[in-house]
Order: sequence, then structure tokens, then C-alpha cells
Amino acid sequence: MIHITKELAAIFFTAVLTQNFVLAKFLGICPFLGVSKKLHTAVGMSLAVIFVMALATCATYPINKYLLETNGLTFLQTLVFILVIAALVQLVEIALKRFLKPLYRSLGIYLPLITTNCAVLGVVLLNVTRQYTFAQAMVNSVGGGAGFLLAMVLFAGVRSRMEHDDIPKALRGLPSTLIAASLVALSFLGLGGVVEKIFA
Amino acid sequence: MTERVSYLRELTKGFLRENPTLRLVLGTCPTLAISISVTGALGMGAAATAVLLCSNVVISALRSVIPDKVRIPAYITIIAGLVTVVQLLVKAFLPAIDAALGIYLPLITVNCIILGRADGYANSHNIPAAACDALGMGVGFTGALCLMGAVREVLGAGSFAGHSLPFWGTTVSPILIFLLPPGGFFVYGLLIAVANRISQKKGKPTAEEAGCAGCVCAASCPDGKKNKGGDTA
Repeated sequence: MIHITKELAAIFFTAVLTQNFVLAKFLGICPFLGVSKKLHTAVGMSLAVIFVMALATCATYPINKYLLETNGLTFLQTLVFILVIAALVQLVEIALKRFLKPLYRSLGIYLPLITTNCAVLGVVLLNVTRQYTFAQAMVNSVGGGAGFLLAMVLFAGVRSRMEHDDIPKALRGLPSTLIAASLVALSFLGLGGVVEKIFA
Repeated sequence: MTERVSYLRELTKGFLRENPTLRLVLGTCPTLAISISVTGALGMGAAATAVLLCSNVVISALRSVIPDKVRIPAYITIIAGLVTVVQLLVKAFLPAIDAALGIYLPLITVNCIILGRADGYANSHNIPAAACDALGMGVGFTGALCLMGAVREVLGAGSFAGHSLPFWGTTVSPILIFLLPPGGFFVYGLLIAVANRISQKKGKPTAEEAGCAGCVCAASCPDGKKNKGGDTA
């Protein structure tokens, strides 16, 4: 039992810190650069990503294990996964709109953006290539989403500080944002090896 | 005659004027992740160009058949099918490239250059124009990716396309940080700054703020509505 818990904790913290989806694996860069200007939109987007990542893993894991693998159809993974994610996001949006109005108002606007977010398809594909069990896959997805949240929140803070800085003309806008992202990624590099040491 | 000239324009606009990576800022995820070597960049660029060309042609051919309401899911299905074909071909014939690209090869499905061109161009233009547009954008993407790959590989690994360069190793050792994620963000930022500087001198608008204007989701994006980027058309 302790062994399994340790293993899951290692997967979680690796996904959050050392193998951060945004800053180390470059998944979901578009929302990271586009929706990180204000803290509350950054948090809303990240929560929606965590939610969809967990749901997508829940839905694609059995489909892959009992439908694709048993019938030798693993080459259809990309196609099936993206369609499942797209359908799922639509369903969630409809369900939230109908039954959970407050949650829809806070997360709903971000949902259509998430279908084409490569972090969601990325986490599902990573779970398959690493041959995770269901529990490991779920932990990896939630951890990846939490890592996304962490990176978004930190970066929103950095960007709000940069807003009134006097930046050379050519670097204004996107270039300075990317260089700031580079420095945030550098700080995450310092965490390398920490998770392995603690949970090994 | 005028037709031919405009096709040439459609073809060349992706090279520099509307370069998808440096001017429209689309497809940032693979750009940052794959650009650690020239070989990987070339493989990624070729795979994405092949998918883009096929998807633009297919979507342009089907533009009167696909209902407007379900166009995005239809495009995603077409693109995912094409990506699967390319994925199987690369796995069978170029296993080294497959290993270098990893999960970024299937992730071409959600590359916003491809979906962006499908929704922004192919669904309103005829097949030859869509093919020219796809080729131009594909070459522009590959070129920018290779440029970034070259900068990062030469500075970070001291080699070019796998061949080690004479300068490094004897006098100075390569700067590893360029191969690591922070180096990717840094080099990309500087390249966009250079592109901005050049276009400023020519009196053209700078790169779109965070590429939101080129994103298919811009209409439903809470931030995208507010910061409408400069026009590139």
C-alpha cells in the first residue's frame, strides 16, 4: 500500500514540478500566453483544464483498454481520443449550462477553448505511451492540470508586474512575455531531482 | 494571368509576410518543444506541412458539403485522420524521426496552424488557392522551426544537424541552457523581437499579441475579444 501511495505521489509531483506541462513539456502554450494577463481568468482557465483533463482520462482509459487494445485498433488512438474529448467538452458545457449555472458562469466560457488545447490530448496520449494503470493515469492528469494551474498563477503575477515597465520597443508585447516565461521556466529547472530524491 | 500572380502571392505570403511562427504566432507548442535540433525541426516541419496540405485540399473540396454549425468537429476529424496516416508512415519508414518527435507527432492534430488555416482560409477558397496557401504556410513553419533549431543546436549542443562544429569543445563548451526549456522560450522571444524590429522598419504591424487573432477560438475567448491584434491580411 505504502509503495503504491509513494509511486502515485511521485507521479503527481513530477507532473506538477519537474515535468511541468507548460514549462517543461510545452503543452498548452497558447492559453499560457493568451489567458494569463489577469489572475482570475488564469485561475478559471486552469480549473477548467484540470476538470476536462480528469474527465478525458476517465473516458478514454476504458475506451482504449477494452475497445481499441482488445481489437487491435491502437492506430486509431489519436482520432478516437480527439473526438471523445471534443464530444465530452460539448456535453459538459450543455450539462453545466442546464444543471449548474454558477459553475457554468465561472468555467463555461473557457470550455470551448479546451478542445484544441494540446495539454488535454497530450496528457491522454502520455498516459497511453507510459502504459499507466487507471489510478496512475488519473493522478498524472490531475497533477498535470495542477501544474498548469501553478504555472498560470505564477505567470499571471509576473505579467501584472511587467505591465507598467518601460520595455524597449521591439521587445514589447510577445517577446518580453516569452523571455519572462523563460525565466519562470528557469526557476522550475531548479527543482530537478527533488521529487526523485524524496519519493525514491 | 492575374490568377497566376495571385496564386504566387498566396504561396509566398507564408514564407515571411505572414509567417505562421514568427508573425501569426501559431503552433507555438511544437515550435518550442521540437526545436532542439535541426533534424527534428525538419521532420516536424515536413510532417506538419504534409498534413496541412492534405487537410487544406480536402476541406476546400468539401467546403460546400460541411454544414457551418459542425464545421470545427468535421475539420478536427479530417485532420486527425490525416495525422494518423502520417504517423503510421513515419513509424514505418523513419523510426528515428518518430523517436525524436514522440507525442508531438500525434499532437499535430491540435496544432493551431492547421485548424486555423482550415477555418480561416480553406473553407472560403478554391482547391488550388488552398493548396498554395498550405504549401506557403508549411514552408514558413518549417523554415522558422529550422532557424530556431539551428540557433538552439549550435549554441546548446555545439553541433549542426548532428555534426559537431570545430569551434566548440576546444575553446568554449556549448551552453547547455539553450537546449533546456528556458532556452526555448528565450530564443523564440528574441526571434519574434527581430521579426518585429524588421517589420517596424518597414512600417508594418508587430506580431499579434499572443497570437489570439489567428486562433480559431478567438471569438469565444474572454481575453481574445479585448486585445484584437494588428491586422496581417
